[in-house]
Amino acid sequence: MHPKVIALENEIIPKKDIPVFYPGDEIEISIKIKEGEKEREQIFSGICIAKKGIKNRETFTVRKISYGEGVERIFPVNSMFINKIKILKTRKNNKISPRAKLYYIRNKQ
Amino acid sequence: MIKGLLGKKLGMMTYFDETGKAISVSAVEVGPCYVTQIKTKETDGYFAIQIGYDMIVKEKNLNKPITGHLKKHNLPLLKYFKEIRYSNPSEEFKINIGNEFKIDIFKEGEFIDVTGNTKGKGFQGVVKRHGFKGGPSSHGSMQHRKVGSVGATSPQGTIKGTKMAGHMGNKQLTVQNLKIIKIFSEKNIMLVKGAIPGAENNTIFIRKAIKKSAK
Repeated sequence: MHPKVIALENEIIPKKDIPVFYPGDEIEISIKIKEGEKEREQIFSGICIAKKGIKNRETFTVRKISYGEGVERIFPVNSMFINKIKILKTRKNNKISPRAKLYYIRNKQ
Repeated sequence: MIKGLLGKKLGMMTYFDETGKAISVSAVEVGPCYVTQIKTKETDGYFAIQIGYDMIVKEKNLNKPITGHLKKHNLPLLKYFKEIRYSNPSEEFKINIGNEFKIDIFKEGEFIDVTGNTKGKGFQGVVKRHGFKGGPSSHGSMQHRKVGSVGATSPQGTIKGTKMAGHMGNKQLTVQNLKIIKIFSEKNIMLVKGAIPGAENNTIFIRKAIKKSAK
């Protein structure tokens, strides 16, 4: 990549205080949702199963079981729709061995 | 006002716009460009402005004719040049040799056309070069990525311009109607929605879009 692009990318990343979390952690995300003129908050909580990319391209995948059905959502870390991220359980407490991608959880259900 | 400027492709990145949408943008360095020559109907037979871009430090990296051409008007040492034709320059057309043009001739939200050379892809077959479908891969087929027919029995011979295998890429391409998302004027960099031709550091020509204007 061109050094000027790298410098620019570092500069335009919005400064947010998001806690450091790893795949395996159980997290709770409060998402801003706009319905017409109104704005409200929605909570999505589950296990982070993957983190991908760097800088503005960074995303993480959260999986939860909703009414017996597995649901996955991919969020960009720097999205303005993410209000807050709370760590409910670390991967140590979850008894999940440190692994970068936890896609095997999909078949474990 | 000048119609367009020379610049450089820097690469692609992700940018979040004010509505929170993630868009892929190309970072483009634009200018500063200098007017190096003005061609008129009396002297050259047509109206045009020659602009130069990309300042360099060492004089030994330029050949003598170009160095002489630039030193005649005390211009900085420039590497790339482009002529912009004007069919009918009016009286108010006040551009002189040595004038500097920067990125601020463009505005956010405007549309631009970008011209540049595409990446060279070497000698390629018809499937990659022209998007031919190719033949079946099995059932005794012996025609996989071949051309097929190149013409009828009458007229005899192969018609000129028939699509065949050959050199692909490394030729001029213009991408039209790209939206300017953001301009960093002190850095001479702007972010353009979508892809533009060529690799990093490719010299490109950026002009205001002919077919589309900002609302």
